[in-house]
Amino acid sequence: MAKIIVVTSGKGGVGKTTSAAAIATGLALRGNKTIVIDFDVGLRNLDLIMGCERRVVYDLVNVIQGEATLNQATIRDKRTENLYILPASQTRDKDALTPEGVERILSELKEEFDFIICDSPAGIERGAQLAMYYADEAIVVTNPEVSSVRDSDRILGLLSSKTRRAEQGNDPVREHLLITRYNPERVDHGDMLNLDDITEILSIKLIGLIPESEAVLRASNQGVPVTHDNSSDAGQAYADTVSRLLGEEVTLRFHQAQKKGFLSRIFGGRR
Amino acid sequence: MKLLEFLKRERKKSASVAKERLQIIVAHQRGHRGQPDYMPMLEQELLEVIRRYVSVDQEAVNITLDSEDDCSILELNVTLPNSKDS
Repeated sequence: MAKIIVVTSGKGGVGKTTSAAAIATGLALRGNKTIVIDFDVGLRNLDLIMGCERRVVYDLVNVIQGEATLNQATIRDKRTENLYILPASQTRDKDALTPEGVERILSELKEEFDFIICDSPAGIERGAQLAMYYADEAIVVTNPEVSSVRDSDRILGLLSSKTRRAEQGNDPVREHLLITRYNPERVDHGDMLNLDDITEILSIKLIGLIPESEAVLRASNQGVPVTHDNSSDAGQAYADTVSRLLGEEVTLRFHQAQKKGFLSRIFGGRR
Repeated sequence: MKLLEFLKRERKKSASVAKERLQIIVAHQRGHRGQPDYMPMLEQELLEVIRRYVSVDQEAVNITLDSEDDCSILELNVTLPNSKDS
């Protein structure tokens, strides 16, 4: 039986899709049969980040409305074995998603996969609530910035009240904090919230910390999830996050500013 | 001398300002967490009813909803102006 994990944040542009793609890729690379679903109906982007935008024929809404089967709509990733993508619709509006339709799809996928990653749209409207409704675990993506932290707290409120687990009185959704775009130098200068402040304010457990990295834009330019770039800081940080998600103890990295040597000061070391 | 004071002035780090602001706003948000959607409307209408009889400020009315094991308690606290004054 698959574990359903929603990647959510409230605020837009904090790295939900990047994280959903990177984590799904990491899980598949570790041998788990994984599918990542784009819930952002009308503004799909997961297909671009995964590099399969030209292979989209059918989408989530087609499956919900019975115009295509799940098999027809899911795209098998070309780079990674065990990895599948279910894209969102670009043309329909978000009312095309129904709770019954989503439940039917998820329960069908649950039989076949180890992990189902739901990439939530921004906001707290219908699409975001449907993406989280059936989740077992939630990864709350947060930037070290006031509006992102506040919105994450709003999302935590919804996770504890507007999910199936909450409504049926089951064990609550397991919440994990993923801090992205972290810049240790700015934290040292006192101009960026540090990770202890963020975990203290939100009071949930940290599952990973992704440094601000040039590798992320490079990855999305190419449509290759950043996990594949295992020489980059961000790629390694996502790999660590995946290990923790699988229950391993991994020491935190990339949260301290690198001391720059003489040469790298002159030539500007780039990772 | 002004310049010297300006230079000596310790600038408060912006991250600690951010933290303080967030702690306040998050505490406020959590106070409203889990309460039914109709609470803001209920508060507003209760305030209107009270104002029909006595003139009170928004701040003089305090409404809280507590839930215990099997029941919820709606607590309404109104600070009425001193009757001698009116």
